[in-house]
Amino acid sequence: MKYAFYPGCVSRGGTPELYDSTIAVANKLGIELEEIVGAACTGAGVLQEKGLKLGDTLNARTFAMAERMGLTTIMTICSTCQGVMSQANKRLLADSDYLAEINEELKPEGLEYTGRIVIKHFAWVLVEEIGLDTLKTFVTNPLEDMKIAPFYGCYILRPSDALGADENPGRNEYLERIIEALSGEAVNFPGRLQCCGFPIMLINEKNSMEMVGRHTHNAKAAGADAMVTPCPLCHLNLDGQQPKAQAQRGEKIGMPILHLPQLVGMAMGLTQKELGLGRHIVSTKNLLSKASVRA
Amino acid sequence: MQANLQVRRYDPELSEQGSHLQEYHLEVPDHFTVLDTLMKVREEDDPSLALRCSCRASICGSCAMTVNGRASLVCKTRLSEVSPNGETVLVEPMNNQRVVKDLVIDLQFFWGKVRAVEPYLKPRGEEPEGEYIASNESMLNLLTPMGCIMCGACVSACTVLEVDKNFLGPAALAKAYRFVADPRDGETQQRLEALNDESGAWDCTRCYMCVDVCPKGVAPMERIMDIRELIMEAGMTNTPGARHVESFARTVAHSGRLDEPMLAIDTWGRTNVVKLMGNAMLGFRTLRRGKLPLRSGPFHQKQPGADAVGRIFKRLSK
Ligand code: SF4
Ligand code: SF4
Ligand code: FES
Repeated sequence: MKYAFYPGCVSRGGTPELYDSTIAVANKLGIELEEIVGAACTGAGVLQEKGLKLGDTLNARTFAMAERMGLTTIMTICSTCQGVMSQANKRLLADSDYLAEINEELKPEGLEYTGRIVIKHFAWVLVEEIGLDTLKTFVTNPLEDMKIAPFYGCYILRPSDALGADENPGRNEYLERIIEALSGEAVNFPGRLQCCGFPIMLINEKNSMEMVGRHTHNAKAAGADAMVTPCPLCHLNLDGQQPKAQAQRGEKIGMPILHLPQLVGMAMGLTQKELGLGRHIVSTKNLLSKASVRA
Repeated sequence: MQANLQVRRYDPELSEQGSHLQEYHLEVPDHFTVLDTLMKVREEDDPSLALRCSCRASICGSCAMTVNGRASLVCKTRLSEVSPNGETVLVEPMNNQRVVKDLVIDLQFFWGKVRAVEPYLKPRGEEPEGEYIASNESMLNLLTPMGCIMCGACVSACTVLEVDKNFLGPAALAKAYRFVADPRDGETQQRLEALNDESGAWDCTRCYMCVDVCPKGVAPMERIMDIRELIMEAGMTNTPGARHVESFARTVAHSGRLDEPMLAIDTWGRTNVVKLMGNAMLGFRTLRRGKLPLRSGPFHQKQPGADAVGRIFKRLSK
């Protein structure tokens, strides 16, 4: 299985452990990743505020680059990248005049998007392409007795028509299925499909911190040992800002936040170092000893 | 088909007991909606069940409730859709609004927000003899916000209203856009200034909840993005929200990639040391954990292809 790999800005910036753990897990699973070198940021919904065409052009450029690599599926590791790209692709495929107009902008680089790209988040690749039964055969360190609270991140779910909710109705429960395949217990808590607050972190910090505080508190109240997310932006907020959210709430929470590939890697016997588990703001120490993850 | 409902009940006269769930099991025709089913319960089984409805045809907007946690018009939701194999369906009142009794919420909150955006035309200049004329094309982008039936589903689902009741919220902001974009309105600038203020257009997290639940395709969040675009076009760029967008665009145009620490510096202003020091992205802890903020700012490396990206920006950003 070979994919055009779009790591996204955040796994190359604020959460390098996501990038490293993805590569480590992909190697084990036999997923071949060829990075799309020189692809731009998706715009994360922010550039789209300045006008859709700019964002759509940047994404069409990325799709064209993947086509030039001779590949048809782009793998993402970020809910936001996934959502923004899925939406852009939907718009581009819906209107051939618009696509032609955008292809004009790509001409100077000799690129053209012909509309053949499918974009899939790592979580979708696990469930839809590798399959949970196959995934189970890779589990050497089952996460028995581990309670994991899934946190999806808005953009991998909504707007649901662009994110394939009709064609693939179970996508808002994939994290639960993956946790179970790794022999863990998926914890249900209010907030699993909600917003982490990252987009307004710099704009309305108080509200953003209230969201972080609530979600981590509710996951803890539901008995979770850790939360897992397929989105590094959620990770930046839920992990990186948790100390601040705790202070605002006046409550110690200490909820470890895992990137999805880290959780998968833990169950596949990868080490703490390989998965970058020492790079979090909220300590993962107790969690890792409970899950018997080697240093 | 067999209908299995779990309904959240609340009686204000027994308010100290809080709410509780009550189960109803009944036989209904296959085509029944959740509303039909609730009405059958009320008529045949339990006249004390309080709910609000009128048109039963998704026009009046009075029957919004949450069904299995999702804000929905119950007259538009078929029972067979949410309970294909007789699963129990959880029906509760909408979120973020005060419950009056059972499934009925207090509409004050919703209307208070809508009223706050002054949802009526304020034309400028002399009154014309006949009607105010606007071209067809200039009214086209008002069609989506005009479709709003004031049901409140988006307000129920809004993730920001959940933590901050001061936020104007999706329905009111969509309504605000409807007047901001109306060519006949004379107070566009004042309206945009108000929307640029606290609890206005910049407080939305872009979570898409409102887009997903709206039964009328209003897509309130997209209208909020339209407002932000108009705010920036009107030159109101000195807010954290606008600076955030500008900084984002600048760093991507420069290097092809987002630069998170730079985003914080630009959004909060370079001199806001207290805030910057407290930001985890820039903090000591992040640095110690090897999260590389030193690549930021002038050191933020251009990646291959950055020049082509810069060219696209030059051509397409306004
Ligand atoms: S997109 Fe904005 S307005 Fe809509 S529900 Fe989310 S936070 Fe509220
Ligand atoms: S925008 Fe949609 S969900 Fe919100 S009140 Fe109007 S019709 Fe209802
Ligand atoms: S009863 Fe009028 S919208 Fe449902």
